[in-house]
Amino acid sequence: MNLASSLWLVSPEVFLSVSSLILLLVAAWSQEKAARLITILSVAALFGASTLLMALSHNPDFKGGADAFDGLYRMDAFGSSAKFLIYLAAIISLIVAPRFFQAGGKYRSEYPVLILFATIGMGMMVSATDMMTLYIGLELNSLSAYVLASFIRTDIRSSEAGLKYFVLGALASGMLLFGISLVYGFAGSTSFAVIGDALSGDLSTGPLIGLVLVLSGLAFKISAVPFHMWTPDVYEGAPTPVSAFFASAPKVAAVALTARVIIDAFGGQTSAWQQIIVFVALASIILGAVAAIGQQNIKRLLAYSSINNVGFLLIGLAAGTAQGISAMMFYLAIYVAMTLGSFICVLEMRGKDGKPLESLSSLAGLSQTQPGLAAAFAVFMFSLAGIPPLFGFWGKFLVFDAAVAAGMLPLAVIGIAASVIGAFYYIKVVKIIYFDDPADEIAVTGHKAENILIAILALIVSPLGYLAIPFVAPITAAAAAALF
Amino acid sequence: MNQLDFPILSLMMGLPMLAAIICLFLNAQAARWLALATTLALFGLGIVLWANYDIGGPQWQYVERAELFGNFAWALGIDGISMMLIMLTVFLMPICIGASWEAIQTRVGEYMAAFLFMEVLMIGVFAAQDLFLFYILFEAGLIPMYLIIGIWGGANRIYASYKFFLYTLLGSVVMLIAMLWMVQDAGTSDIPTLLNYDFAPEAQTWLWLAFFASFAVKMPMWPVHTWLPDAHVQAPTAGSVILAGVLLKMGGYGFLRFSLPMFPEASEQFIWLIFGLSMVAVVYTSLVALVQQDMKKLIAYSSVAHMAIVTLGLFAFNRQGIEGAIIVMLSHGLVSGALFLCVGVIYDRLHTREIDRYGGLSINMPKYAILFMLFTMASIGLPGTSGFVGEFLSLVGLYKVNSWVTLVATTGIILGAGYMLYLYRRVAFGELVHDDVKAMPDLSAREMALLAPIAAAVMWMGVYPESFMAPIRGDVGALVARIDRAAPEGDAHLKMGEAKPAIKDEAHREAH
Repeated sequence: MNLASSLWLVSPEVFLSVSSLILLLVAAWSQEKAARLITILSVAALFGASTLLMALSHNPDFKGGADAFDGLYRMDAFGSSAKFLIYLAAIISLIVAPRFFQAGGKYRSEYPVLILFATIGMGMMVSATDMMTLYIGLELNSLSAYVLASFIRTDIRSSEAGLKYFVLGALASGMLLFGISLVYGFAGSTSFAVIGDALSGDLSTGPLIGLVLVLSGLAFKISAVPFHMWTPDVYEGAPTPVSAFFASAPKVAAVALTARVIIDAFGGQTSAWQQIIVFVALASIILGAVAAIGQQNIKRLLAYSSINNVGFLLIGLAAGTAQGISAMMFYLAIYVAMTLGSFICVLEMRGKDGKPLESLSSLAGLSQTQPGLAAAFAVFMFSLAGIPPLFGFWGKFLVFDAAVAAGMLPLAVIGIAASVIGAFYYIKVVKIIYFDDPADEIAVTGHKAENILIAILALIVSPLGYLAIPFVAPITAAAAAALF
Repeated sequence: MNQLDFPILSLMMGLPMLAAIICLFLNAQAARWLALATTLALFGLGIVLWANYDIGGPQWQYVERAELFGNFAWALGIDGISMMLIMLTVFLMPICIGASWEAIQTRVGEYMAAFLFMEVLMIGVFAAQDLFLFYILFEAGLIPMYLIIGIWGGANRIYASYKFFLYTLLGSVVMLIAMLWMVQDAGTSDIPTLLNYDFAPEAQTWLWLAFFASFAVKMPMWPVHTWLPDAHVQAPTAGSVILAGVLLKMGGYGFLRFSLPMFPEASEQFIWLIFGLSMVAVVYTSLVALVQQDMKKLIAYSSVAHMAIVTLGLFAFNRQGIEGAIIVMLSHGLVSGALFLCVGVIYDRLHTREIDRYGGLSINMPKYAILFMLFTMASIGLPGTSGFVGEFLSLVGLYKVNSWVTLVATTGIILGAGYMLYLYRRVAFGELVHDDVKAMPDLSAREMALLAPIAAAVMWMGVYPESFMAPIRGDVGALVARIDRAAPEGDAHLKMGEAKPAIKDEAHREAH
């Protein structure tokens, strides 16, 4: 495959890279004045990349996927659908940001550029078919994320979040690299396909340790238990639009990446990775549910909720079948809508002094002061809890269906029983919103763009979402089929 | 499509849904009127449904199906049993709205929306012909009920709403896993097809237990009934009516629609469990009801006892038992609803449910005392009221299977008479000692309009039960034929008496 066609295959990333570099230069010269303009241009760049992505995935020449750069990168339905979700999440994180940062001080023009860099990294992650591409994509995403977490320099919690994220993230990257080097040592290549061929039959201790370390590094990125510790602190400390971004786009990228590594590189070693994933899934569901109960800060609560949801996502992966991967992708799409919706609701909560409110108690009686916002928040909470008829139920339904089809009944039963524990804290939030007497702290809410976003996301997770199943299901099925 | 050439069931779900959304944006009075008009219109549609129902026609009528959701379908259709339960729902709903007319003064629009949404789900549960559609509607009922108890409930409403939500959710989730397995095994989520699909007996055991966990909580059966008294006591009057009147019936409906016909072997295998728990429930909860100081709690416990009669009748595996159980369900829906309304009437005047605070109401509230008496008698199961028909039939059915269980179950009737008459004596008879009770006015026209229709229905069902049994007869017959292969042998060994020697007769004749 020649260079031109390889470049054509990675055109969304190339386009984003060029645009972000130009925007960075603009930002460097224009300082804060152009921050808004740069944000708008970044959104436009993401739309442009999405268009390229559409063009690529509908190109009959690349039907069934195509390799670029001699197998370092692969353009296929799986990567494209994940990328599409990532771009969408990034766009939403950009739209809600300016107003938030301006209310607390200055909106700096580095924010949109960093989001773009992170997005390029994520695009590479989901398309990586080689450990090297994987690592570069991951680090590009992570390094942008560290800076984003500590974006408000004057806020001590934000700085702490960035530092904590960086230290723990570096550790995880180290583990991942060590795992990659072990796997490379035993398999003789960094390419997923070659590793998959080399590691067949009984797995010796060396590559097994490599596999465990690779999975540990990836588990850190998707904040699965036992590598979840950074999540609540970072989500709490980081500015809310950044937390919303962290909870959505990188989750999609890392989960998709994990799926590709497991299926492509370790597909022959099902028994080795399956027990790890099953353990991590159940531990995430249970810990995510139990630890959330005592939280007083909404962002921490949502952090545990994301840990909890990652557990359910991994159930789809644990099934290890095309049906499981398809369920996982569908769940990811619903999850992105639910979690972004909840974070935007949090974003709208401000006290009379204009400071962001984050404590659960400040939500009290929201239904009487802000009925629309309260209803949307309740919809997101019930949906995250997986209570039908809200659409969050459908994600859980699909992953459990896949687990049952794969014969993993105990996993399904324990997982769904643990979801009841999770339901407790979600309905606790609803209780605070609807049953408690109003706290007169909340004053400012509602900007048109945010309200429209909340309304759209709430409609997606409302029962109307079921009508979308016949349209989304073929896409996720095609995405899953691309891996097998 | 169906006898009306019109998707009437979808209309019955769409109309209240639309009204619920509109209610959210209306002021209090407009929301009340819209809710009343909608529920009355639905009652009208319910009558159309019943009038056009073809008794003896196909098992599933008013069938409609749209492949909307990929993995499952929007499939609705009813048999006689579903129709009677839908009738119960649409009959009680306007009464619930009327009962909330003055009692609910805060956030009326949201309240009416929650009730209308509840109605959508209840009709949907009884009409769903797709397993997953059923599950979604069955579970969705948690959300409006959680809000109804939590927002408009009594002092301890938070605890009660949590308990209600988590208990029922925990019961139901395992059922979902069982459903997923069933659909993969049978290759369809169509309920009529599944009803005739034979699952392997070993699998049935697990599936039955998973469904049992859900329906036993919903029913509720002892010992997982404890959410019910809390929920009833804290819920507003109309919430209690709908909870006791319709939501509890979903448990019985589940046993009837899923557990028995889909897993007949397992149902037979676990008959001891059902009988054991139901016997405990009948005796234990009746005794608990006897010592209650709170009127709503007393009626809540009596509900548990009555529902135990339902499970006993259902698992008798014969026509009398099952028909009786369905009639008990309908009758209890009316009677317990009416009793909660009776409590609500005096609660609205005195704002206490403590039995000792009342007394002598027959003196200053004669109309109330008469209606309360009627419903008390119906709850006891006096012949001529609806309670008698169902309980008698269930016990007859049960007697064919097990005399000892029947003996224990029958004590429930006696104990039921005990606690209900004791309640009635303390509330309605005696002297008017409390001044504030003395000042209570008799039933208003609105309250009369709520209670009188139920009284009429209770009498109708008691005097001419055939109206209610005719539509269900064919369906019960189909069910009995389906489960007959697993039916337990009765413990009563009837023997044909010795034929009288013909010789004697002839000799007798010769003597003449």
